Amino acid sequence: MNLRDLLSPFFVWQRAFEKPYTSIRPTIDRPGAPAYRGFHINVSEECVGCGSCHSICQNHAIDMVPAAEFEGRTGDSGLRPRFDYGRCCWCGLCVDICTAASLRMSNEYAWISEDPDEFHFTAGVDDKPWQNNEHGYRRAEGYHLYPPKRIEMDMLSPDESVQSFEEVARGYSEAQAKLEADRCVECGICVATCPAHMDVPDYIHSIRDGDYEKGLQLMYRTNPFPATCGRICTRRCESVCPVGILGEPVAIRWLKRFIVDQVDAKDYPRILNDQIIESGHRVAIIGAGPGGLSAAYYLRKKGHAVTVFEAGETAGGMLRYGVPSYRLPDADLDKDIAYIVSLGVDIRYNTRIGKDIDFEQLLQDYAAVFLSTGLSVPSNMRIQGEDHARVLSGLQVLADVASGRDPGIGSRVAVIGGGNVAMDAARVSRRLGAEVTILYRRRIADMPADEEEIHESQEEGCNIVPQAIPVEIIAADKPQQVSIKWGEAEMVQDPTGGRPRPVLQEDRMHTDTYDCIISAIGQGSDLDFLSKENQQQLAIEWGKFTPGEYQQSALQKVFVGGDVANRTADAISAIEDGHHAARGIERLLNPDGFTATQTDNTGEPA
Amino acid sequence: MTLSTGHSAALDFAQPEPPDLSSGKYVKLWQGPQHPGITGNMSLELVLDGDTIVSCKTHVGYLHRGFEKLMERRSFIQNFTVVCRIAVPEPTFNEYLYSHAVEEISGIEVPERAIWLRTMNLELMRLASFLMWIGGQSGAFGQYTVPNWTLAYRDYVLDLFEEMTGARIYHMYIVPGGVRAGLPDGFEERAREIMKGAEKLLDQIERVMFNNVVFKARSKGLGIITPDMVDPYGIVGPNARACGLARDIRKDEPYLAYDRLDFETISGNEADAYGRAYLRLQETRQSINLIRQCLDHAPTDGPFQADMPNVLHWKVPAGETYVKAECTRGEYGYYMVTDGSEFVRRVHVRGPSYTHAIAVMERLAVGTNIADIAGLMVSLHTYPPEIER
Repeated sequence: MNLRDLLSPFFVWQRAFEKPYTSIRPTIDRPGAPAYRGFHINVSEECVGCGSCHSICQNHAIDMVPAAEFEGRTGDSGLRPRFDYGRCCWCGLCVDICTAASLRMSNEYAWISEDPDEFHFTAGVDDKPWQNNEHGYRRAEGYHLYPPKRIEMDMLSPDESVQSFEEVARGYSEAQAKLEADRCVECGICVATCPAHMDVPDYIHSIRDGDYEKGLQLMYRTNPFPATCGRICTRRCESVCPVGILGEPVAIRWLKRFIVDQVDAKDYPRILNDQIIESGHRVAIIGAGPGGLSAAYYLRKKGHAVTVFEAGETAGGMLRYGVPSYRLPDADLDKDIAYIVSLGVDIRYNTRIGKDIDFEQLLQDYAAVFLSTGLSVPSNMRIQGEDHARVLSGLQVLADVASGRDPGIGSRVAVIGGGNVAMDAARVSRRLGAEVTILYRRRIADMPADEEEIHESQEEGCNIVPQAIPVEIIAADKPQQVSIKWGEAEMVQDPTGGRPRPVLQEDRMHTDTYDCIISAIGQGSDLDFLSKENQQQLAIEWGKFTPGEYQQSALQKVFVGGDVANRTADAISAIEDGHHAARGIERLLNPDGFTATQTDNTGEPA
Repeated sequence: MTLSTGHSAALDFAQPEPPDLSSGKYVKLWQGPQHPGITGNMSLELVLDGDTIVSCKTHVGYLHRGFEKLMERRSFIQNFTVVCRIAVPEPTFNEYLYSHAVEEISGIEVPERAIWLRTMNLELMRLASFLMWIGGQSGAFGQYTVPNWTLAYRDYVLDLFEEMTGARIYHMYIVPGGVRAGLPDGFEERAREIMKGAEKLLDQIERVMFNNVVFKARSKGLGIITPDMVDPYGIVGPNARACGLARDIRKDEPYLAYDRLDFETISGNEADAYGRAYLRLQETRQSINLIRQCLDHAPTDGPFQADMPNVLHWKVPAGETYVKAECTRGEYGYYMVTDGSEFVRRVHVRGPSYTHAIAVMERLAVGTNIADIAGLMVSLHTYPPEIER
């Protein structure tokens, strides 16, 4: 023992004069650090109810519960996370995975209540004092629990693509598809949004498992055109994919295509194993487009004898004649159609209803009729001189090219319109070697065409002139040419809150001369095969049907679907119309055996 | 008061004859599971002859939560919220090792910034843990001033954790792939200020606790670990270094940024409770120095997380690995086996407490005085939850 060791401990007294660590009044609230993981905040308006928070929670502390005020919103499950603070461990993984970044944490950590049920609350719906707290844990910029960027699809370069009609999108490799499939958070909002309610998360799951046969089976439950939709679907699923809120949506369409591309057509019968037990009923379908053939497929699976009447030489409808082969190669469309036909669907080509067979005759001969004749008549521009011989319709140009005929467009072309047909006509013209100008009356952002198509047509050298209103078609000096007079437009806000309207500027008119003008401003239906009486009975308005339950028309035996009966006028809607009509026809023909959730012969929901 | 003389140097593994309890000569005493010795619940079954311990048996099981098994039914991302609970006062070593094992098997490269932030996080943890330990050691010998100082000051370090990670105890900051966030604004200044205060505090502690006749009298000669015990008993960390072995994974097999930090392995020459305590005091100072170096060198921008797959269905390829790090108590290891599925096949957590609190404790306790048993337990620095993962 030395003296130092004896005296040194008395140094503690020096601390008696220092400021103490503790506060005099321990009741003073100490706020949590700015990034403290405290009570949950959910900005319900931003939340889409994807349920990723629920999936990642290791304590099962989060339930997704219906929140009435958000039900029915597009791209929203209508569910909101409900927290059980008896289970929560405040790890914050729910915040990290939140696809909308709507889920956060406040820096509040003290909450006293006598009622234990209060600690079970729906953040952002149940009013809590910390809901608007500006502090608390947020996911840091640059921190991700799933890859925010999608795997880029290999595309032909624009220089290459304009040289031929070869497919532009080259398809994913297996490695690419698996990486892309990995990005799915399996929320199912896509299923609700897809017109056909395809089982997207499950078939994406099958890619992760490498089980493409299962993927194919899943797709055929709701869509007998997977090879087609895997290429040209309007993919509303992707527009609502919550992964796209902060990053890029999962490339659902390319993944669908990938599955189909992995399976050889000759294996379809074995994989899909559609066993048909004849029912003895006969059903007629008018139009062998996606709607008609979809109905044919699901009716055939029910055992009904199906006859499809097609006015053209081949099946596929708009998919064949309206979609150029660089987007949808014939071989892939044929892959889908061939399987449907292989189930024993009888297609009568070159048979026009009203000319070759009377509609009334069909009603007599068949137990039910599904009508899906599509929109085949190009709309008029309603300007002077449009009956000029050098004014071609977009549909006609596309159909000519699809059938291997030369549309005779010349080398300088103007395309009028901003929809997909206009873009397709423009890109087809580029491939035929023409210089292309697209005139559209509104802004590029207003174009109804798919954004991808607009972008690709620009890449391929189509010159888009927005806010250009055609005024008159004038004969040119040479007979193989034509002039168009068009004026610039200004966008004027609609005082009632509608979309802005283009207003022609009389002082800024131009006249240009082209080898031809391709008009592609929309299509209408051709329902002349129906008698006046039938037309009245079927309650046709503006050339379109308004179907009732299960696509049934006002005539009990007649079901309608496809572009002629829906507003969206895309392939996937037509496919669902066909499927839905098949259910309706089954209900009509077999009312006793039908239930809304009946199973088909594969044991799966029909 | 009889001072314990510790154990003889000659190593003898033969089980001693159990004392004849029916002789009436002995008293059997359960110490624990709640006691001032260590953080967590653990019992010692002591047999006393007078106030001298003649046999000691460690009983664990009071904290068993089955972490290793839990992990086999949770996804790889979910596990990182579980592992921190394996050693309550030092969660981040578990976070780091778990993440590192997953990264090693899946071949994930952690970005530079995350490496520095992880190093800083681990050293802050070492500082916080040692502050708590110093208080425990002092308190176990009946001196209650130092625990008040250190536990209060530890809270300032926990404040830093709160700012950096969003939580004070279960930080959940080191995540497979990197860390969860960069440093908040103004963190560096506040950290430096707290380091300054900690250094001052350690100087005061040295004067009050170490240069203290009572502390010296009670800790010197208590629980001597001889160098020849180290390997047979699996003794690691400060417990091994105090007897003169310069073994430190940070130096011997550098991980994270330790190969770029300027420090030397500290080893002592007195392997009793006092020597171990003094070594830990020096290591606490070293830790402060390392934190300062991390503050100097850690990049302030750039990614802090590697590109990750979607963790919701993350399958780690089949493989196995053993990863280790130097925690405050020595080698902390994770042995992990994966089978290519979404779940880990097996995780084995090797915490230093297992040997220190059972085999070593049972041996060192024999011959000590009942009054010193708590001090001895603290001087081995053990955490029961990591014994029973």
